Parts: sequence; C-alpha cells; structure tokens
Amino acid sequence: MRPLRRLIGILAVLLLIATACGDDDDDVGTVTEGTAGGGSEEEDADLEGQSVEVAAVFTGTEQENLEAVLAAFEEETGATVDYTSTGDDVGATLGPRIAAGDAPDVAFLPQPGLMRDFVADGSLQPVQDVAGDLVDENYDPIWRELGSVDGTLYGVWFKAANKSTFWYNVGVFDDAGVEAPQDWAGLQDVAQTISDSGVAPISIGGADGWTLTDWFENVYIRTAGPEMYDMLAAHELPWTDESVTTALTTLAEVFGSAELLAGGTEGALQTDFETSVAKVFAEPPDGAMVYEGDFVASVISDDIGAELGTDADFFDFPSIGGSEPTVVGGGDVAVLLSDSEAGRELIRFLATPEAAEIWAERGGFLSPNQQVDLEVYPDDITRSLAESLVEAETFRFDLSDLQPAAFGGTIGQGMWKLLQDFLADPSAVDAIAQQLETQAAAAFG
Amino acid sequence: MTEGTGTTGPSTAASLAVPPAAGRRRWLNRRHRVAVLFLLPALVLLGALVVYPILYTVVRSLQDRAGDDWVGLDNYRSAFTSDRTRIAIKNNMIWVAVAPTVATILGLVFAVLAERVRWQTAFKVAVFMPMAISFLAAGVIFRLVYQTEPELGLANAVVTGVGGLFDPSGDYVGARPADEELLVPDGDGFRAVPDFEPGDTAALGLLALRPDDLPESAGPARAAGPGQDAIGGVVWLDFTPGGGGERGVVDGEERGLPGVRVEVLRDGSVAGGATTGDDGSWAVVGLDPGTYQLRLAPSSFSEPFQGFNWLGRSLVTAATIGAFLWIWAGFAMIVIGAGLAAIPRDVLEAARVDGAGEWQVFRRVTVPLLMPVLLVVAVTLAINVLKIFDLVFIIPPGDVQDDANVIALEMWRVSFGGGNDQGLGSALSVLLFILVLPAMAFNIKRFRSEGP
Repeated sequence: MRPLRRLIGILAVLLLIATACGDDDDDVGTVTEGTAGGGSEEEDADLEGQSVEVAAVFTGTEQENLEAVLAAFEEETGATVDYTSTGDDVGATLGPRIAAGDAPDVAFLPQPGLMRDFVADGSLQPVQDVAGDLVDENYDPIWRELGSVDGTLYGVWFKAANKSTFWYNVGVFDDAGVEAPQDWAGLQDVAQTISDSGVAPISIGGADGWTLTDWFENVYIRTAGPEMYDMLAAHELPWTDESVTTALTTLAEVFGSAELLAGGTEGALQTDFETSVAKVFAEPPDGAMVYEGDFVASVISDDIGAELGTDADFFDFPSIGGSEPTVVGGGDVAVLLSDSEAGRELIRFLATPEAAEIWAERGGFLSPNQQVDLEVYPDDITRSLAESLVEAETFRFDLSDLQPAAFGGTIGQGMWKLLQDFLADPSAVDAIAQQLETQAAAAFG
Repeated sequence: MTEGTGTTGPSTAASLAVPPAAGRRRWLNRRHRVAVLFLLPALVLLGALVVYPILYTVVRSLQDRAGDDWVGLDNYRSAFTSDRTRIAIKNNMIWVAVAPTVATILGLVFAVLAERVRWQTAFKVAVFMPMAISFLAAGVIFRLVYQTEPELGLANAVVTGVGGLFDPSGDYVGARPADEELLVPDGDGFRAVPDFEPGDTAALGLLALRPDDLPESAGPARAAGPGQDAIGGVVWLDFTPGGGGERGVVDGEERGLPGVRVEVLRDGSVAGGATTGDDGSWAVVGLDPGTYQLRLAPSSFSEPFQGFNWLGRSLVTAATIGAFLWIWAGFAMIVIGAGLAAIPRDVLEAARVDGAGEWQVFRRVTVPLLMPVLLVVAVTLAINVLKIFDLVFIIPPGDVQDDANVIALEMWRVSFGGGNDQGLGSALSVLLFILVLPAMAFNIKRFRSEGP
C-alpha cells in the first residue's frame, strides 16, 4: 500500500509541475506587442506601420471569423492587427494585464457588468467622439444605453445572442395541425393539442439549472416589464416582490402541467440541455418544442443532424399579457483600452455595417447593428433570428449572468437549484421566492 | 489541494519522526548530524507541503470569508447548524458504514472464487480493470448508466428488461379520454360516466396516442350498430392527423383501436364483454333490459415497469456507492488475493481431513487467517471513502446534489464552487481531517507492529 501511496505522491508533484509550466506558456503566449507610435495622418486614416492588439474570448471558428473582420480593417487602413484569445474568463485575463500596463488596445467584453467595472477602474477610453455618431445612426437606442456608463459611450456592441426562442419539430407541429403560437395562452393551447396528438409538447433540460433561469427571465421580463427586470437584476427589488411571484405563477402554468412536459416532471429534471434538444428531433420524437437561445440551432444541425428550416424551425418567446417584442440575450461589446489612433479607428470600423456583414455572411453571428443588410445572413433561420433581435422593442441581458456567481451561475445552489426545486414542485411559489431572496441577499452581501 | 496533502501527510510524518529517543545524552553526535543532513530535504518538503498547509488551514478556519477578521469558532458553528452540512455528515456516515464493508466482502468473494476458476487471470483483470479508469471518467460512465430512460441508461435497461417479462406493457400506454364527461380514468383503464341500456351506442374516443404507434391492423373507425339486446359502439383515436377533426365524432381518417377489452357491468359484476375489432367496433349481445356500466379493461393501457429513478433523491447515494464498488472491488480482490495465497495450504488441508465442509473451511479457517488483511483493506477504503469527492461531484445531477452531498464536496462548494467562503471551507477540511485521524492512526499502528 505504501509504494502505491508514494507513487500517487510522485504523480501529484509531477502534475503540479506540469500545470505550473502550462501557466508559464500561456503567459508568454499572451504577451504581444502593444501600440507602436507612428506618424498620424488622420485625414485619410492611413495607419501604415501602426499595430493594434485585439483581445476576445473567441477561439476556433469564431476566432477565424473575427480575424476575417480584422483582416478587412487591415486592408482598409494598412494597420497590423494582432489577435489574442483571452480564454473563458476575460476579466481574470485582462485585469492583471491592465494592472501591469500591458493592456491590449481593443477588447471584446461578454458582459456589461465587466465594462462598468473597467470604467470604474479608469481602464477604458470613452468612445463618444470616436464612434458616437455611428452608434446613434446604426443602432437602436437600447444598444447605446447598454454601451454607456453614466451617459458616456464606452463600447460598441458588435455581436449579440438571442435567448428568446422556442425551437420546434416541424413534422410534429404539422401532424398536430398547429402553427407557432403568438402569445402565452396560444402556447398552452398549442401544447395541449400536441399532447392530444400523442407527443409530449414541451421538452425542458431541467438537469441544467441555467435553462430554467432563462425560462424565468423571459417570463419575468414579459410579466413585470424591463424596468422591474433591471431592478431585480441589481437586487434593488427583493425576490419576494409580487412581480416575482406573479412570474413564477405564470411559469407554473407550464411547469405545473406534468402532461405537457416530455418525460413528466421527473423526466424534465433529469434531462440535460443537449438531451432536451435531441428529444425533440429524435425519431420517434419525444417532445415537440424546446425553449433555449439561438445556439440551439448549432446543436440541431451539428450534433443531431436535423435540417434547419425543413425539420426544425423556431418562433419567438410568446408575448404574455400583450407584452411588446422582447429579447433576453447576450453579446460582446468592443471597448477601447489604449488611446491609440489605430485602436480608435478599429472601434469606429466595428460600428459600421460593413464590418458586421463580413462575419454575418460567414454564419454563427447576429449583429445588433440595424444597418446590416439581412440578406447577407447565410440562411433563413439566422436571418429571422437577426430580424427578431433588431426589431425587438426591448433587449435585456440574461439576468442570471448579471448575478454573483454563487447566486446566478453555480450548480446545486442559487437560482439554478431553486428553479429546479420549483420545477419539481411548481405550487411552492412563495417558498421558492422566499428562498431566492435569502440566497440573493447572501450572495450580494 | 490542502485537503489532499493534509490527510495523507501524517502517516509519513509520524513514521519519519520515529528515530530519536536514543540520543538522549548527546543528541547531536556525529551519526545524528549525518542523519539530520539526510533528512533535511524531506523535512523541508514535508514542512512546506504538509505541516504548513495543515496549520494554515486550522488558522484560516478561524477567520471570516475574506480572511480579514477573526471570527473564533463561528465557522464551526455555522458548519454544524447548516442543513447541507448535516446531510453531508449523514451521507459520509452511510458511505463509511457501507462502502468499505461491501467492497471488502466483494473483494473476498472474488478472490476466493478467482482461485478456483480456470481463467483466473482473465477474471482478475476484468474485475481490476475499472481501477485503470480515472474516477472522473467512471463518474461520467455511471451518470449514463443511471439515466432513467431504458434506451439511455444501462441500469434501467436491465431492470425493465427483466421486469417486462412479468409485467407486459399494453398497446395504448398514455392514452387519455377525449371527453372527460364521458370517460374517466379508473386504475390503469377507463370507466364510462353515464349508464347505458341495451340498444345504446357508446362512442368512446381516446387521445394522446401517436398514429405511428397504433397496431398495423388498425383500420378506419366504424361504430357497430347494436341490436335490441346489445350495447355496442367504437373505441377509436379521436384525433385527425394534421388537425381539423371534430371531438367526439368519428371523422373520415380517424382509426379504430383494435384489441381493447370492453366490459359491461351490472351492479358491480361483469355481465358481458367484447374485444374491439380492427375498426375499433365492439358489441356485447344477449343483455337483459336494464342499466349497465361500461369499462375499458386496464390490460391495454397498463404502463410497463419503468425502472428506478436511480438519480432521484432517495436512491442517489446508493447509486453513487454502487459506482464506487465497481471501481474498488477489484483493488480489494487483488490485495485479499495476495493474502489468500500466503495462507498455509496445510491448515486448510488439515481442516478438510478433519471433515470440515467447504463453507466451514471458508468461515472458520480462511476468514480468520485473512482477518488482518481484511482489516487493512477495509480501513484503507474507509479513509478513501471519508474523502470521497469526485464521484459525488459527477454522478448526481445538480438538483439532487444537496441530497447526495458529502463533507469533501461541501468543502469544495463553500470555498470554491461559488460560495467563496474559504473560512467555512477550512473549518470543514479540519472536520474531515479529524474524522480521518482515527483511521490513519489505526493504519500507522498496524504498519509499526508489522515492521522489523
């Protein structure tokens, strides 16, 4: 036994050394040349000889697509752009670099909260004078607001995600003779008819708590409105508020009808996100529709192999009580960290429809820029996703992403766990609201 | 990290600290100086990687979440008053009581059996193989094994496969009445609400069946016109594919449900029955005048045995222990097998010559002789089980993680997994450390008494 333990000890030490080396490599890899000063010929934006460093989370195909956008910028201006991937945790990567005075010139941040933090640190340059006119011209005011801190524009939203979409099996809808519903009551009618036709209507990936937080957010913003949503997101409103119990009660109209859920309540709780999508497009189908964001499209086409547009289609999250078209989602905002001319030009470039169209054409991308020609999107589904996004009257960020991780993003606790408890027993509205408030209060400190 | 080194550390530290005691008079004579010189690198390493982390963990457990203020024993108090920790401690006790014992017994059984089979090596390799898989991977495998749906989860595939032999499934599982005022569920079957008299026609529509799932023979539905002394009608799927059909009416494309047993009751006892034909029609003839009740027999609708909800609240700990056994039974078998090989054969022979049966030899000779080995295996596994983390982290889905919780997982959750309270986490590590100590002490004592 002791030799075994000794062996394990040695292995542990080796592992430590290996990880330590790994970290070093990463550090070396991310150190790239910052700004290089050069003659400024502002009139024709000729940036020959200047270089810009861009940092973002994108890797793989997404990185290639962004690099295509950056290559167009290089071609137009003569500047050289270096791309650095930050890994998943942008804040953790950029924070130390900013502190060390080695910040990239331009970064894409996946959360408005992070942008606010960096503004509070004084790490960001305002871009009001750089791209303010383009943002006013090309974007809905909501995106200007989301890119501003205290009224000053600090960021240009380049990429967006739409998490207000139901994906459905076209064949099952046809068999049942129903159409995509427009409102919440319609959704329940459609679900009931599909259930009559012999297929469980709604597939929920309840084993992953985040799918349930997305459900709740979409219902909440439609029943309580965007202003209350903002207050709840900042925890200026307690979770015991009537608006929360109203939303939960509304949600219970679906969660509480076990016969509408694929596999019943227990089945829904044991289904993870990928499986919840797979169930809908399986043969024979074990679900007619599944709610989640635009990324379901890639699960359908890449992992399941169903044909988007023919086998699968989507409809917007239905309106509740006459709520206006609303999208809950996410996005990436481009911010300026150095006061370099090339960096400013790049921010300006990213606010133009031309820049967005380069990526839009390549797929897997929605632009919040209203001037982007919808025709450039590669297929009908992406086109209508983009259309829902730019035509939404209201856009808000995923609420759980704005919470402290302990409350909004951890397996087995906070919103994830409590909404799973709610799915298990949808009658316990008040108890769940009370527990949400207790845990939110603890997480916000 | 602190946790891992902390719990394995003391055994080495203690055994290394044995030598002194001799040098009472001049403890720094030449021989001792050389010894100290040689021990120094090890001592420095142990100090930095074992002793310091343990002490710092104890210190940290007395501080608050950020490590700024001293909070005395508050962390221990909140550890013992939180429901989550209480469940974790309870589960840890279940684990320690069940897992090492069962793994040792399984190991013993395998070892004894393996001695007697011809393909000994192959058998041993097969049982030992899971040890070669990382716990994380094993956890992922068992997460799949325990899926509820028999098509996905091996455990339920086996259970329902066996269960299905005794409890055949009906053809129309999941059907619902189309008109709840006409037909209501009654057990697995259905009961008609109104009474019927001979000469009446009963059109009993059902819903929620996929047309593709109907038997091939099912044809367009048609109601049987009953005679004067008969009640007849149709049992059919009242849903027109593509929608548009009228509820309660047999529309053009709607199909009958063949093979459903319709029973006619009078005053609670069965007065007659019929089975629906391919078009769903049925008729019970030869009835006396009077009022009758109708019933659809449950056999067509009874749901097959669905297997167990392995990862539900009540079974999740048992299921996770099952995965642990799959991995560790092989280890126990190998160690016990080595002990078994060392038992003097003549003792066994002597017992047999004295007329003992195989069971008696096993029970009275083999097991007592093996007892020291069995104890070491059980205690080692107990230490292992106290620290169990990976399987409990991977196998239970998020919503039952609280119910499957163990101390090591709770420690990770409060300190890193979103809780960010390393004070409380340290208090839990100290608790875990204290729980492991007796087992460690036992093993050290054994090692020493076996030493030269």
